[in-house]
Amino acid sequence: MHAELIADFQRISPPLKLIADTERLRPFETDAFISHRALPLCAVMPESESQVADIVKACNARGVPLVTRGAGTGISGGAIPLENGVLVVLSRMNKILEVDPASRTARVQPGVANAAVTSASARSKLFYAPDPSSQIVCSIGGNVAENAGGVHCLKYGLTVHNVMRLRVVALNGEVLEIGSAALDAPGYDLLALMHGSEGLLGLITEVTVKLTPEPQHIETLLAAFPSVLDAANAVNGIIAAGVIPAALEMMDKMVINACEKFMSAGFPVDAEALLLIELDGASEEVSEQLETVESVLRGCNQQEIRRARDHTEREKLWKSRKGAFAALATISPDYYTMDGTIPRRCLPEVLARYEKLSAEYGMMIANVFHAGDGNLHPVVFYDAAEPGEQERSEELGGKLLEICVEVGGTITGEHGVGIEKLRQMCVQFRENELAMFHAIKAVFDPAGLLNPGRAVPSLKRCSEWGGMHVRAGEIPRADIPRF
Amino acid sequence: MDTIIAATSARIRDARAAKTPLAIHGGKSKSFYGGAIVGEPLDVSPYSGIIEYEPKELVLTVRAGTTLAEIERVMDAASQMLPFEPPHYAEGSTIGGTVASGLSGPRRPYTGAVRDFVLGARILDGKGDDLRFGGRVIKNVAGYDVSRLMTGAMGTLGVLLDLSFKVLPKPVEEVTLRFEFDEAMAIRQFNEWAGKPLPISATSWHDGVAMLRLSGAAAGVKAARLKLGGELVANDVAKLFWQSVRDQRDVFFQTAEPLWRVSVPPTTGPLGLQMPQWIEWGGGLRWHRGIADVVALRVKIAQVGGHVTLFRHGDKAAGVFNPLQPVLTKIHRDLKAAFDPENILNRGRMDNF
Repeated sequence: MHAELIADFQRISPPLKLIADTERLRPFETDAFISHRALPLCAVMPESESQVADIVKACNARGVPLVTRGAGTGISGGAIPLENGVLVVLSRMNKILEVDPASRTARVQPGVANAAVTSASARSKLFYAPDPSSQIVCSIGGNVAENAGGVHCLKYGLTVHNVMRLRVVALNGEVLEIGSAALDAPGYDLLALMHGSEGLLGLITEVTVKLTPEPQHIETLLAAFPSVLDAANAVNGIIAAGVIPAALEMMDKMVINACEKFMSAGFPVDAEALLLIELDGASEEVSEQLETVESVLRGCNQQEIRRARDHTEREKLWKSRKGAFAALATISPDYYTMDGTIPRRCLPEVLARYEKLSAEYGMMIANVFHAGDGNLHPVVFYDAAEPGEQERSEELGGKLLEICVEVGGTITGEHGVGIEKLRQMCVQFRENELAMFHAIKAVFDPAGLLNPGRAVPSLKRCSEWGGMHVRAGEIPRADIPRF
Repeated sequence: MDTIIAATSARIRDARAAKTPLAIHGGKSKSFYGGAIVGEPLDVSPYSGIIEYEPKELVLTVRAGTTLAEIERVMDAASQMLPFEPPHYAEGSTIGGTVASGLSGPRRPYTGAVRDFVLGARILDGKGDDLRFGGRVIKNVAGYDVSRLMTGAMGTLGVLLDLSFKVLPKPVEEVTLRFEFDEAMAIRQFNEWAGKPLPISATSWHDGVAMLRLSGAAAGVKAARLKLGGELVANDVAKLFWQSVRDQRDVFFQTAEPLWRVSVPPTTGPLGLQMPQWIEWGGGLRWHRGIADVVALRVKIAQVGGHVTLFRHGDKAAGVFNPLQPVLTKIHRDLKAAFDPENILNRGRMDNF
């Protein structure tokens, strides 16, 4: 069977890059969810849509499952190969096909890096808004599959708000044209359905994204607070004042200190909590908002407000924030990161419950989050050398997510379910809802060959997988900023 | 309210067993829209009321039967708004009908469509099962995005119960500018302006007159106004104007002739159709009024990458909605069957698959 499938692949024209030897397959055995690994039957690296269609047809004909992978920066394990399956690596489909300043759109292949779209649009004073922290590496196709967010999505939206159309290869090799260059398309909103579908419904071969005019003016503020509660009040106060900042990020003392040690951006190390606030728009609008925000901050017990003086200073602040997860590795070699979202008003309650659980388990928890969206990234530190510690960290992480569901939130804001949060999916959804997810998958993939077993747990088995594990400080691609 | 849900669920189960279609309605303000209505009426307007609204969260959760008027009254008090500026075709227009029809108003190209702001939906599917998808938080990627899938599905996938939305603060200042442009100039200008960081929130062109609305902080709006020129329209006049565009109150929309909703890439030049026209959405939406050969019209519009809906009046036999790519037709049928195996919910309201 294996040899026959390889022979099918070898017949594809133009010839397809194929990797079948164990040594060269090693780099593909996991994504950024490094606690799980598997070697696929083989990996294929198509360069065109027709090659993708031929690959899918061959797999479908022989009943072989396939997993699609972009840059492999996903941290929920959704792109880890299946041992009995083919890994389709789309990183060679990396061409920007068209940037059209007049219609403010760009048409790109799925393997194009997120940041490359903005670079290619900069000449026209346009940018691609979603900016996950791994944006220099992560691919647009993966962004669609995960519905990636970023630090600026409070104002500019998620990937689903910034993509107009997709070309998707279906299991039978046919190409689906989803969405439109117009502002809407006839039929069901399949464009929304594809976003965050984690490779379970089809293979994305082309993405048309919406570009946004570069703001005329940007202001970045850093505000330090003597308590997390004060910072949380400031976040709510800013939004209550009618201001939607481009970004509104919070970090607690542990994160501030780690970042400062690692990056030296000048974060105030005596503060208990810190906010990074970015305002953008027309100059006059930004100065008006700046006044409002500063007055809210002054009313919230802030101990320091600092304004980035120029582009360099702003970049330094963001680099430090986006590097937070690499910085945390300096605190303890092993940690586990969660991705829950809660209603913002529950922030103080949730953080207090986290603290209690931290004491109960004897494990430190650091908090860094997209405060404006209520998207939390609590980090649990543990020592993998201690027997049973990793399992306990997973158990604690699971409880942190279950608190999010309990207060009306969700188990994943932007990292996806993958294999990581299958068990928590059973906490968030009931059996008939999960059954509907399976029914939707069956519409696109009746044979169950596209990334099977990921994103939606089977009804029988709400199994016991864990979270993002950083072992002994070995972050996969530690050079890439995260979250 | 639980008794309403239980009764509705029982009604769906009975209808499924008897294979009798149900025609879901709220305020009936959009009965004209979509394929012909068949089946026994299922009135969801009693299922109304705001479930949760915490302005600081920027999230609103309401029952589908709640009227837009009620929602906007409550949101006004908090200086917030539904950012997609939904049309009120009649006083009784509900939020459920807004989501089901997927129709957005003048603000759509600049802040987003209904689907962009839907966060969660609780529905009864065609088996009468009570299902919840999405949630009440702004970021959520757990499971497929079924709540957005409900938007524009014309009630064919489920009876909408509870709906959650992201909402936004109302702009502090709004001004409207008037320009005398021909059609080509208006389309060109709308697109050129949209490519600049200007606080545009609505555009309209009809009969040689282009209207542009700016919304935002007072200083920003003022600066943009000075940059753009044009003639300043009095606030009360402007307010009525945009309301009339949103709700299609102008005489242009109020005839008995077929009204075509032509959705095209906004940069598309003048279409040269021999029918009166009203342009919205920065050139993305071209309303045309009159008798047309629908097949030829759809072929022509497909060539520029757009699609045509027979919005009001006219002969629905040729299809209200634009036909789909054949491979998508099967997906639509299968999705419908997954949610509603006996095809009892709003049968035929989406008539293109």
